[in-house]
Amino acid sequence: MSMGLLRLLRGNKASAPVARERLQILLAHERGMRGQPDLLGVLREEILAVVSKHVTLDPTKVIVRLERGDEVSTLEVDIEVPNDFERKKAAVA
Amino acid sequence: MAKVLVVTSGKGGVGKTTTTAALGAALAQRGDKVVVVDFDVGLRNLDLVMGAERRVVFDLINVVQGVAKLPQALIKDKRLENLWLLPASQTRDKDALTEEGVAKVIADLRSRFDWVICDSPAGIERGASMAMRFADEAVIVTNPEVSSVRDSDRIIGMLDSKTVRAEKGERVEKHILITRYDPSRAARGEMLTIDDILEILATPLLGIIPESQDVLKASNVGTPVTLSNADGAPARAYIDAARRLCGDTVPMQVPTERKGFMDRLLRRRAA
Repeated sequence: MSMGLLRLLRGNKASAPVARERLQILLAHERGMRGQPDLLGVLREEILAVVSKHVTLDPTKVIVRLERGDEVSTLEVDIEVPNDFERKKAAVA
Repeated sequence: MAKVLVVTSGKGGVGKTTTTAALGAALAQRGDKVVVVDFDVGLRNLDLVMGAERRVVFDLINVVQGVAKLPQALIKDKRLENLWLLPASQTRDKDALTEEGVAKVIADLRSRFDWVICDSPAGIERGASMAMRFADEAVIVTNPEVSSVRDSDRIIGMLDSKTVRAEKGERVEKHILITRYDPSRAARGEMLTIDDILEILATPLLGIIPESQDVLKASNVGTPVTLSNADGAPARAYIDAARRLCGDTVPMQVPTERKGFMDRLLRRRAA
């Protein structure tokens, strides 16, 4: 009995081709990243440095997230600024 | 000329220690002088798989730190004249593996043996990087399963960049050894095929070890699978792999599905 017919009778699809395709896409991406500095870590450090020139920040409240999409990817930067920031600025001026 | 061979994988539980013991025994049976070295500091198991767990006195860390001399730590196999074991420490942590210390031990082993087979721990931490650091050749143990293949790819990247050979602009000769291969699942399209794995990893094949009860039985009694059931399918596959490591041309045996009546009957339950 052919493999295809057997599969049809059992009503399940071969999962190995899916595994192969997922691996090929993933590894192409991971190989490209290899040896490069950690992009998100570098971005986070530099953004933190720029913003803290002007605002007093809690370094743990800076979150940089990269979401990969099929067409575009989004870079999300979430910085929590303390509420008394405006007051402090006024006091300095 | 001595060869340093690392048995590595990234992922745990794929058969590195089984492979180290089996290839070590197969090479020693050919007449080469072989030492198998356990780099899994803190979680040693090569001694157990080799059946030497009650004979460990000194270990790799003792030798690295100069507490013991190399000949004191080497354990001679009781079955094969040419086979020796250098066990890992069970109590120390892996930071005790300094690069200078490991370099010295490996150099010393090179002068005494034809093959120095380093059994790498899982992961990509210090133990794994020290096991591969001085390797001339690498056996990458891979299961036909996505996470194992991904980790193998990562390890191949490390072999090409973080070894002494790579840093000198030379290459570590790499071989894929596929273990736990189940021909019936492969035939049903449930398992990555040999060709898929080799294409994805772009590395030549050393052998295919079929999934078999022989492997568990061998570790139960503390005997390398190539000695415990030398006529079994996994033993024959390992012996062929050892011959290929020595440069022999051996036709590749792809394990095939057994189609006996009982197998068909039982397969539904086993699947």
